[in-house]
Amino acid sequence: MTYARLVGEEIANRAEGPLLFLSRSLDVGLNEAVEVEGADGSVRLGRIAALDEDSITVEMLDDTAGLTLQGTRVRFFGEPLRFHVGPGLLGRVFNGIGKPLDGGPPLAAEHAYRVDGLPIKPTAREAPSEFLETGFTSIDLMNSLVRGQKLPLFSGGGLPHDRIAVDIACNARLPGDTQEAEGFAIVFAGIGIPHDSAEFFREEMEKSGALARTVLFLNLASDSSAQRLLAPRFALTAAEYLAFIEGMHVLVILTDLTNYCEALREVSASRGEVPSRKGYPGYMYSDLATLYERAGRIRGKPGSVTQIPILTMPNDDITHPIPDLTGYITEGQIVLDRDLHRRDIYPPIRLLPSLSRLMKDGIGKGRTHADHPALAAQLYASYSQAQQTRVLAGVVGEDGLSDDDRKLLLFGDDFEQKLIHQGVDARALEESMAAGWSALRGLPAGELHRLDDRQIREHLLDRATRREPVS
Amino acid sequence: MSTAETTWISGPVLRARPDGAFRLRESVTVGDQALLGEVIRIARDEITVQLYEDTSGLRPGIEVTGSGRLLSIRLGPAILAGIFDGLLRPIADIADPYVKPGMQVQAARRFHFTPSVCVGDPLMPGAAIGEVANGTGIAQRCLVPADLPGGRVTAIADAGEYPDDQPICWIDAADGRHLAVAMTHAWPVRVPRPVQARLPSDEPMLTGQRVIDCLFPVARGGTGAIPGGFGTGKTVLLETVGKWCNADVIVYVGCGERGNEMAGLLAEFSELEDPRSGRPLLERTVVIANTSNMPVSAREASIYTGITVAEYFRDQGMNVTLMADSTSRWAEALREVSGRLGELPGEAGYPAYLSSRLADFYERAARVRTLGGETGSVTLLGAVSPPSGDFSEPVTTHTRRYVGSLWGLDAKRAQARFYPAIHPLQSYSLVAGNLARWWHNTGCTRWQELRRRFLTLLEDEARLERMARIIGRDAMPARQRLVLICAQLINECFLRQSAYSMNDRYASPSRQAVMMRLIGSFIEGSERLLDAGVAPEAIRDQPVFRRLMRMGEEIEEGDWEAFSALDQELTATIRRLLNEAREGGEE
Repeated sequence: MTYARLVGEEIANRAEGPLLFLSRSLDVGLNEAVEVEGADGSVRLGRIAALDEDSITVEMLDDTAGLTLQGTRVRFFGEPLRFHVGPGLLGRVFNGIGKPLDGGPPLAAEHAYRVDGLPIKPTAREAPSEFLETGFTSIDLMNSLVRGQKLPLFSGGGLPHDRIAVDIACNARLPGDTQEAEGFAIVFAGIGIPHDSAEFFREEMEKSGALARTVLFLNLASDSSAQRLLAPRFALTAAEYLAFIEGMHVLVILTDLTNYCEALREVSASRGEVPSRKGYPGYMYSDLATLYERAGRIRGKPGSVTQIPILTMPNDDITHPIPDLTGYITEGQIVLDRDLHRRDIYPPIRLLPSLSRLMKDGIGKGRTHADHPALAAQLYASYSQAQQTRVLAGVVGEDGLSDDDRKLLLFGDDFEQKLIHQGVDARALEESMAAGWSALRGLPAGELHRLDDRQIREHLLDRATRREPVS
Repeated sequence: MSTAETTWISGPVLRARPDGAFRLRESVTVGDQALLGEVIRIARDEITVQLYEDTSGLRPGIEVTGSGRLLSIRLGPAILAGIFDGLLRPIADIADPYVKPGMQVQAARRFHFTPSVCVGDPLMPGAAIGEVANGTGIAQRCLVPADLPGGRVTAIADAGEYPDDQPICWIDAADGRHLAVAMTHAWPVRVPRPVQARLPSDEPMLTGQRVIDCLFPVARGGTGAIPGGFGTGKTVLLETVGKWCNADVIVYVGCGERGNEMAGLLAEFSELEDPRSGRPLLERTVVIANTSNMPVSAREASIYTGITVAEYFRDQGMNVTLMADSTSRWAEALREVSGRLGELPGEAGYPAYLSSRLADFYERAARVRTLGGETGSVTLLGAVSPPSGDFSEPVTTHTRRYVGSLWGLDAKRAQARFYPAIHPLQSYSLVAGNLARWWHNTGCTRWQELRRRFLTLLEDEARLERMARIIGRDAMPARQRLVLICAQLINECFLRQSAYSMNDRYASPSRQAVMMRLIGSFIEGSERLLDAGVAPEAIRDQPVFRRLMRMGEEIEEGDWEAFSALDQELTATIRRLLNEAREGGEE
C-alpha cells in the first residue's frame, strides 16, 4: 500500500450504513482511497464518494459494524484505490481487495494500477479473432469463444456452474503451440461465494495442477458488500497486468455476478439513490460495462483478456435485469438449462438461446476448420427444427409424424445425448466436429440447406472419409 | 468569461457558486485538466454542471470556466473518415491506448482549398465558397456558417493549402459587420441546422438487404428503428446496412455499445470497398464511438454530435445515413443524469421528457433543399434495445410513434440463426407506397404486387403454422401445405441473407428484382400444378427447389445468365410436372 498523504483525527461526524461523513478539514479529491482506523486499531478501506465545502462522504469498503466516531483516524491516500502487482502473481490466492490469503509473502509491487481501470479507446482495440478452446463441445463447436471476448454463463440456483467454471479453468487451452509460445493464465474470482465453494475451487484447481497457472481471488459471502464491488476490479487489474505487461493470454472467470449486482443494489439503496428496475440502480448497465468492457486485446500488445462471467438468473428468469443488462454488454451468452440437468446431461447447456457473437471471426478457414461455420449453422438449424417437432409430437403424438419428422426427433435426442453431453472429459475441437457430422448423418441430405453440396458429399455421404463418431 | 467555484461534487455532477452570468446549456471547462462539461441548471447563486469525463480527484474550490457558447462542435473537412468520441474529440491516436480525462479537440490541420466565388459575389448564409480536398475522394464544400448573415465577398484566398481554422474568405455582411470565414465553424449540437425547404421522400435508401429494400423499405430522408432484444443482431444489421447502403456519407454513432464491436467495425470498414466508388468504406464514414464504459454523460451528447455532423454533410448536398446504436443506451444516459439531478421520474424511471427528446431527434431526419440550394438528405436509423426484449417498454413505444419504418427483430429467428432476424409481421414501412414508382421506373414493374403477395403469404403462414401445431402438417389440405412451402421459400431464400456470405451479403436492386420474380414464378407455377392435382410435396422434392432455396448463396451479383438458367429450369420443371399430371389424369 502507498503511504497515506494526509491524516485526519476526530473528523468523523456521522456513520450510516456503509457511509461515513467527515468534516472537510483537509483538501482531498473525489474517488480517492481512504483508510479508517478505529479506536480499537481495526483498519477499514473506503473511498470518497461525494464532497461539498464542509463535509466528505466516504463509502466504506469493509463492514462498518463496531465503528466508532470517537478516536477514529482517517488516512487519505491522495489517489484512487490501486492494486500493487508484480511478477510472481501466478499461483497466488488473494481476498477481494488484493490481500494474500495463502500465507505467502506480499507481492513484489512493481506496478500500481487503478483498480477501476481505464476505458480502452475503440481505435486501440484489436478485433478478437483467435480461437480459445474450453473443452466443451457446446461452446467450442457451437458457440466458439475467441481471445478478447466476454462470454457470460447464465446459470440458475442448483445448476452445476461451479463445476463448469472449474472444468473450464482446468481444461481451457490455446490451439497449437501458442500456449507454450505466448503463455496462458487463468484469473479466477469468486465473488460473494460460500466458504464451501471457495474451498471447492481451491482444492479442484490444486488437484488438477491448474492452480500453478491461476491467480485466485476469493471474496466470501461473509465479506462486506462494498468489498464485493471491488473483488472483480482487483481480479481484472491482475488480468490486465498479466496480459498487457507480461504479454500472456488471460482467461478471467468471474463467479457469481449476481452477488455483485445484489451488493450494488444494497450500496445504492444505502446512499438513498432513486432505484430503477427491481430496485437496482439506474446506472447498473454502465457499472457492469466498466467490468465487462475490460476484456479485449490492444493493438501492438501480445496478450489478451478473455472473460467468462458467471451469473445465476434469479428464478431462472432471463429477462431479469442482471442477465438482461449483461446480455446487452457481453458478446453473447451461454445459457444453462434445468431440464437438461435433470436428465443428467453435462454440461446442461441450452443451445438455442446461447450465442457467441464473435464466433464468426474466430472460426473457419485458417482459424479452426474451413467447414466449422457451416457445420455449426446446420446443427443449429436442425436442432431448432427438432425442438419444434418435439412440440408437435407432444400434441399429435409420435405416430402422427411424418418420417422426416421422426428422423428429426431422433436427431434431437442424439444431439443432446452425444453432442451436448460429454461428462467429465474435455473434448478437442476435432472430436467435437466429428461428433457433429456424425449427428447429422441421421437426417435426409435434402433437408440440409446450410451445407453446400461438397460438404454433404465429403462429410456425410462419402463413407471412405467417414470417421467413427466419438461417444 | 464567467467563472464559478465548485461547492459540491458527486459522480459526474457538480455544483458551483457563479461569479458572472452563465447560460443554460453553456459548455464549460473544469480545473487544470480542462475537463469538459455543460451547465444543466442555473440559479442566482448556484449552477449545476454535468461533466463529460471521469471526475476522480476533483474537489470543492476548483474553478469552473464558462465558454460563452452552447455545447458546440467544430465542423470542417477533418471530420470525414475520422473516429471521434461523443464530443467529437479524435481518438485515432493510439500511442496511449486508454481514454483519459481532459482529451483535447482536434488540432488544426491543413487542407487544400479551391475557391468557387470571386470578390464582389453576393453570399447567402449556408452558401458554398469553395471546395476542400481531404484525400478521401469525396469533394467537400466549404460553407458560410448558417448563423452568419449574408453579404458580399471582400477578399478570398487563392487556391492552396491552408490551416482549417484560419480565415480564407472575408465578407461585408448586410448588417455592416466584417466577417471572416474559415474552413471550419462551430455549431451548437442541440440546435438543428437550418434549411430552405423540406422535400418529399420518394426515393428509397437502398441497403442491399432484400427484406428491407423489398418488404420494408426506408426512404432517403426517412427514419427507421430496429428494436430487438440482445442477440437478435441489431448491430450486425446496422453495420451491414452501413456497408452496402447507397449513401454518400455514413455517420455511425456507437452509443454505449461494445468496444470490440467498434474495433471490428473499424477493421472491416477499412478493408472493405465502397461498391460504388471502389475506395475504402472508411473514407465515406464518420465514426463516433462512445462505448458503454466511457463516461455516461458524453453518451447523451454523442447522439446530438452525430446528427449535427450528418446535417453538416447534408448541407453540402450529400445523402447521409446516420446509424445510432443504440438509442436505448442514450435514453438510459438521460435517465441516469436525470436521476442524479433528482428529477421526478416518469415511466420506468425515464424522465418525463423522454418522448419529446426522441421526437426532436427523429425530426432532424429529412430530405431538404439546403440553404445553398442543393438537395441533400439525412436518413436516421436507430437501434432500440428493449429490456428483456419487451417491445412495450417506453423507448420502443415512443420510437414507434415517430419512425417511418420499423424492423422488429425476433428472438426465435435469431435463435435459429436466421439473419437478418427481421420478423415480417412485427415490421412495417409507411413509405412503401411512395417508393413503388421508383421501383417501377427501375424496371421492376411487379414490385408492389409481389411485395403484397409475399406479405400475404407470410401472414397466412403464421396462421397456418399455429394450426399445423395442433393438427399436424400432414393433416392439412394441400393448398395450405403449399402456402407453407411457398412461405418457406420466401423466408429461407429471400428474407434470409447472410452478412458473411461473399455472394449474398449485398443484393443490388436488379438482383433483388430477379429473385423476387423467380419466387413469384414458383408460386404461380406451383399453384397451377396444385390445380392439376400435383401434391405440394412433389413440387418441393424437385431438384430445382433446392437450387431456388440456395440461389442467394450460390449465384453471385451480376451473373444474370445463372438466373435465367434457373428460370428456364423452373419453367421446364413446371411444364414437365404439368404434363405428367395431365397424362396421369388421362390414363
